[in-house]
Amino acid sequence: MSILIYTESEEGKLKKTAFEIASYARALAGQTGDTVTAVAVNVDNTSELGNYGVDKVLKVSDEKLSRFNARAYADVIKQAAEKEGAKMVIISSSANDKYLAPILAVNLQAGYASNVVALPESTDPFRVKRTAFTNKAFNITEISTDVKLIGLSKNSFGLKEAEGSASEEAFAPSLDDKDFAVRTESVDKTTGKVTIADAEIVVSGGRGLKGPENWGMIEELADVLGAATACSKPVSDMGWRPHSEHVGQTGKPVAANLYVAVGISGAIQHLAGINASKVKVVINSDPEAPFFKAADYGVVGDAFEVVPALVEKLKEFKAQNS
Amino acid sequence: MKILVCISHVPDTTSKINFADGDTRFDTNGVQFVINPNDEFGLTRAMWFKEKQGAAVTVVNIGGPETEPTLRKALAIGADEAIRVNAQPTDGFFVATQLAKVVQDGGYDLVIAGRESIDYNGGMVPGMLASLTGANFVNTCIGLEIEGSEASAIREIDGGKETVKCSLPLIIGGQKGLVEESDLRIPNMRGIMMARQKKLTVLEPEDLQSRTSVVKFEKPAPKGEVKLVSPDNLDELIRMLHNEAKVI
Repeated sequence: MSILIYTESEEGKLKKTAFEIASYARALAGQTGDTVTAVAVNVDNTSELGNYGVDKVLKVSDEKLSRFNARAYADVIKQAAEKEGAKMVIISSSANDKYLAPILAVNLQAGYASNVVALPESTDPFRVKRTAFTNKAFNITEISTDVKLIGLSKNSFGLKEAEGSASEEAFAPSLDDKDFAVRTESVDKTTGKVTIADAEIVVSGGRGLKGPENWGMIEELADVLGAATACSKPVSDMGWRPHSEHVGQTGKPVAANLYVAVGISGAIQHLAGINASKVKVVINSDPEAPFFKAADYGVVGDAFEVVPALVEKLKEFKAQNS
Repeated sequence: MKILVCISHVPDTTSKINFADGDTRFDTNGVQFVINPNDEFGLTRAMWFKEKQGAAVTVVNIGGPETEPTLRKALAIGADEAIRVNAQPTDGFFVATQLAKVVQDGGYDLVIAGRESIDYNGGMVPGMLASLTGANFVNTCIGLEIEGSEASAIREIDGGKETVKCSLPLIIGGQKGLVEESDLRIPNMRGIMMARQKKLTVLEPEDLQSRTSVVKFEKPAPKGEVKLVSPDNLDELIRMLHNEAKVI
């Protein structure tokens, strides 16, 4: 049998998370003896999936799917799962995948575990570890249905290259007009800027920066690191930065490789939102700031001195290491 | 317009998370429960529709009697009536199925639920509810206008937002942005007094098997000590991030 993965793409190119879920599915297939089939929508070149252990790619090419639509995409994945007789379906934790997942779960009569962070502890009964309480804890969830749907947390498994190549097969699911009842009128997306969702590194500023006029150095630090910029809740509440940058329990979750917090004290709600990040660096003038207890590396110092100095040193470092 | 706002009863955002009974149960000792923040943004937006467009607002929760103070708070904020389905919310599918019955029996035009609860973070109830009822669905919604039977919604996407249109009935997975933090309402004394007189209907649940269950909880492994670097020695920080943490 097959494990089905839905490999997300943007502007015709597979996203990095596609290779992460391929890696995860390959490892899972190693436990269960299944093969791995990917379904990709309007992606020209899917050959790289073979390098991450995918055996077969179902290629869907349909003008109607040029824009994401949760019901239609859920329908595509459902039909692919049925065609392959897949008992396990794996998707990512992107905003779009989280949008389509519950629809897909109902349509496949599948139990759904979101925010999964590891391979199953056991496959019979099927038990996986997922985050709960907004990253303050984990739970082991048992899925008792025949078909299982797993949403893998970003950066929780990583990329694992494998030998092999994937065969390709055109796949034309039948789409219902009713799938398109929610119509996208316009998309407003920042281009040329790393997004918090996709970023490997996030640089975040808090109230310690004293005002929106001081964000230049945060942006410079983000630039030199190739990072996305983010902010704490008070900063977005005061209108210093847009809401879309607010990270924390009620804002966006961050699961970056490196999270740099400047002038953020580290309220429990903020920590919850960024906890899934692997390495945390805190720059704060207050040595008692609670964030230091949650950090891997810390600099106790004035952000207005430390950040510009760090930017210069990082530029030197990048020049030497490029 | 009839609006149903789904309310999850969750630990306050500042709660310390502990587990009991061999890590099989969330320890509610000393924990204060509140309206799930994502639901509260939706409830506040519903109040706007009530005040500006004459909508009738019902709130619903799937839970035991201990959740009633949370429903009463929603009534004190201004909801017209409340429904409690008397069952423990065992998983997202169970909750969505119970809600689907309430939605179908009540003939609601608009259902607003939070995009996820801050305790289990399943993020599945609004989407499953839409699938079960056949209503349209917009997730991670940060803006909503209704005119007649047409809705215009703004959805947050990774790296931006998009504007979508559809007809009612509609299910919303809401979050901050539906209203601003400063728009959230603290119930006043009059609201609290009136809430006591408002109708709170208790319904018995549909008989149903959950599809997932929590076997055990775990707390994150304790964190090692932070490594402090002097502001005069930032080269050392870069060296550690490069050689030790391998993140740059």
